[in-house]
Amino acid sequence: MVAELGQFVLVLALVTAICQGILPLIGAHKQNAALMKLAENASFVQFAALTGAFICLTVGYVTSDFSILNVASNSHSLKPLLYKISGVWGNHEGSLLLWVWILALFGFAVALFGRNLPDSLKARVLAIQGLIGVGFLLFVLFTSNPFERLVPAPFDGNGLNPLLQDPGLAFHPPFLYLGYVGLSVTFSFAIAALIEGKVDPAWARWVRPWTLAAWAFLTIGIALGSWWAYYELGWGGWWFWDPVENASFMPWLAATALLHSAIVVEKRDTLKNWTILLAIIAFSLSLLGTFLVRSGVLNSVHAFASDPARGVFILMFLVFVIGGSLVLYAVRAPAMKGGGLFAPISREGALVLNNLLLSTAAATVLLGTLYPIFLDAFTGEKVSVGPPYFNATFLPLAVPLVIAMAFGPFLPWKRADLGSALSRLKFAMFAALIVLGLTWWLQTDGPILALVGMGLFAWLLVGSLIEWADRIRLFRAPFNSSWRRMVTLPRSAHGMTIAHIGVALVVLGITASEAWQSERLGIMKPGETVTVGSYDFKFNGAEQIVGPNYNALRGSFTASKHGGAGYQMFPEQRVYTDPPMMTTEAAIRPMLTADLYVVIGDEDGAGGYATRIYHKPFISWIWLGCLTMFFGGFLSLSDRRLRLGAPKKRQVEIKGKEAPTHI
Amino acid sequence: MSAIFRSGFIATIFAVFFIASAGAVFVEKQLEDPAQEIRAREISEGIRCLVCQNQSIMDSNADLARDLRQIVRERILAGDSDAQVKNFLVVRYGDWVLLDPPFKLRTAILWLGPLVIFLLGGIAVIMFVRGRGNADDVETVPLTAEEEANFKHILPDDNNELPK
Amino acid sequence: MRLRFLAPVLTFSAIAVIMWYALFNLDPSEIPSELLSKPVPEFSLSGVPGYGPDLASTDLKTGKVTLLNVFASWCVACLAEHPLFMELKKQGKVDIYGLNYKDKPDAAAKWLKRNGNPYVKTGMDEKGRVGIDFGVYGVPETFVIGPDGKILDKIIGPVSQDIYEQRIEPLLEENNS
Repeated sequence: MVAELGQFVLVLALVTAICQGILPLIGAHKQNAALMKLAENASFVQFAALTGAFICLTVGYVTSDFSILNVASNSHSLKPLLYKISGVWGNHEGSLLLWVWILALFGFAVALFGRNLPDSLKARVLAIQGLIGVGFLLFVLFTSNPFERLVPAPFDGNGLNPLLQDPGLAFHPPFLYLGYVGLSVTFSFAIAALIEGKVDPAWARWVRPWTLAAWAFLTIGIALGSWWAYYELGWGGWWFWDPVENASFMPWLAATALLHSAIVVEKRDTLKNWTILLAIIAFSLSLLGTFLVRSGVLNSVHAFASDPARGVFILMFLVFVIGGSLVLYAVRAPAMKGGGLFAPISREGALVLNNLLLSTAAATVLLGTLYPIFLDAFTGEKVSVGPPYFNATFLPLAVPLVIAMAFGPFLPWKRADLGSALSRLKFAMFAALIVLGLTWWLQTDGPILALVGMGLFAWLLVGSLIEWADRIRLFRAPFNSSWRRMVTLPRSAHGMTIAHIGVALVVLGITASEAWQSERLGIMKPGETVTVGSYDFKFNGAEQIVGPNYNALRGSFTASKHGGAGYQMFPEQRVYTDPPMMTTEAAIRPMLTADLYVVIGDEDGAGGYATRIYHKPFISWIWLGCLTMFFGGFLSLSDRRLRLGAPKKRQVEIKGKEAPTHI
Repeated sequence: MSAIFRSGFIATIFAVFFIASAGAVFVEKQLEDPAQEIRAREISEGIRCLVCQNQSIMDSNADLARDLRQIVRERILAGDSDAQVKNFLVVRYGDWVLLDPPFKLRTAILWLGPLVIFLLGGIAVIMFVRGRGNADDVETVPLTAEEEANFKHILPDDNNELPK
Repeated sequence: MRLRFLAPVLTFSAIAVIMWYALFNLDPSEIPSELLSKPVPEFSLSGVPGYGPDLASTDLKTGKVTLLNVFASWCVACLAEHPLFMELKKQGKVDIYGLNYKDKPDAAAKWLKRNGNPYVKTGMDEKGRVGIDFGVYGVPETFVIGPDGKILDKIIGPVSQDIYEQRIEPLLEENNS
């Protein structure tokens, strides 16, 4: 019953999406108010229908209805409730349903919050959202239907993969998809602008909140995935430049660039063509990522069971959406009128540099990810492009970017004097040099890059703080006046500072943990103590334990520093029976200064156990930095000016002039 | 019905690989000479684990990774240079086994690509900035005292500095 | 129309065309054997207890095409191709030699007893070193070896009827006549 209901609302959503996709476009063209209004109502109905579908599938999982093929393949009656629910999106069909539901959610949100958008723009934006929905719904209904029945229903399900029963992994897809799909809104705005034939600062002001939301969610989604890899995979790695990781990183880079170039459009009415192109590219990268993961063209631990038929469908969809939008761009963009002029050294210039670096980074990651396919197609040879390549090419782009991040906010629009910006940043320069010196003195034989990394961290952190202090005239005006400035400063200004500080924290985490990690891999017998990174680890022994659906070897360690209070750590090596799988559950003690990371492995037959013990300095700051970025993004999002929409022109009386002047 | 067989089949294949890859923390003999062991470690970090994705044999628990690590150690003990050790594996598994694609003609595009993209982008930027004319071309006329007063009246809360 | 506006769509078209080709013609998990047209690596292994005499590389230079199948008792996918090998043995079309990879002797013996032995000779590669010399990275893999002991093809994954007809049979006809 539930499956049939779900099927029905899916078809209803498709029909609604078709209406939403076509009629408002006609309405906007003909300025027919009724057809344009239809867009809003259609988006409400579509959202309701897809919410219904999602609920139906969830009910199927929660009640363990194994007559539904998707539930039987991916769930099991013994699964805890939380993971039954997260299992809904832990498979190909369910995750697509989640995708398409979030698409409808964003459409609904644009209809709801976009009250002050001009009718024709709103109609077009919602129509494009609808068309994208049509594509995905066709894909779901024809190749990936989650509501297919399985007759006869099996006694129990197939899906007890322990790797998926995990809080980090449960929340990773929703956040990630909120990011990917959020970029569809900026895409729709870009297409609508191309159709309308104009991009003005008001457009950029409307686009900004959606870009911010998508960017913030994408940041968290990527951070969650990375954090999960860190604690689950057992050797403390958190980024592998795996094709699917890259597929999420590229849209993030593009979204970051978009965020910044939209500011230029808003404030200075220039870089319009580029921003439109970037909005198209960002969403295209999201879609390309979907293709790469689900088509079988690339191999990845993340890849869902691949199916060339699905691959063909997605590729055709990509050609239609991306190809179509780029053709529209080629036709319409040349007619867009440009705007303000600016000198190379100016805030615009800094933002252009930001975009140049980020776009090159995104293009490089794309090149590295697709290169194995290119080479195979042209020469039949196989080559593997891994971390050495990506690290070598990404770092030279990231370093100037971080340097520029401290400069940019100091530069005024249109024309700036680099010297005066530098002089205001001199404390940041001192801080960077001091930290660099300290690092060089303290570390015995670390890499040079560590010095650069620490210097950059200090530079960006202090530089951002100085800029913020400057803006509120901290220490230069009475405290009351600074306080007043602080609370009246637009939230997006605070948001920017906080987000930039977040980046500095991530730089700290990456530099410290990569440069100064200590590790000891070896056999330990019970009673032995080893010292790793100034912590003493005493191995107390290991025992076999029985868990709810696994057997495990559980080790007991006591970690202490200079004989101080000990912290108990219990790493496990679990053996699951259904399906047969072995996982390592590392014992992690996260602290602000470092993480202690202990893994236990096989017995060596002589009473000893294989162990891996790591001391990873400052690694938690990577995740904390991402959280900070997320917080900064959301603070910006809550800026009143964004909610009220574009500023209306205000009339101010000016002495000595007859007519009022608009500002 | 066939769908569940197919996905079950694929799942078992994955299970086979998974058992291999999510395997035990290795119990293995390291080289006695610490310098050689470090060499082994460094070489291993550049060798791809063929049954994992994009991980080096140093980072993987798979059986094959363990075997390959032992091979690296054996070759070092036998007196091979770093290049010879890598070549031993390349002869058997192809260039694919090296994580760091060697700089040959076919990977030239890969390695030069980012630089080319950056330069193209830079040229585009310069052409954009030049082509638009320069802000320096625009003359700035200083405000009169009255205009200055009006300016301060309109924007009292901002920096009371005049644009340069 | 200015090139800079066409560049994005042209770049995308190139990517799309390559992806299309890749979907139908490329398999990312297949790594072609580095040893094609090279002679079989030298080795000599004792056989699975109770199942066939010992196997050495000289056995593979017999003057006719032979198959070397890498298998293990713990390998689930090997069961999928096993019936085909039993059938080939019954029909006497080609000699199949078994390389037992990273397995325990008694487990391998039990597996052969339970499922049948399609192999003329077997060799136990307990440590997997011979496998590495062959460039083996997973199980099952099957090598098609020519009359002179040169490796003609390597099949990754279970050998299905289709793969036999498309890849092995042509080589048998070519070289055995």
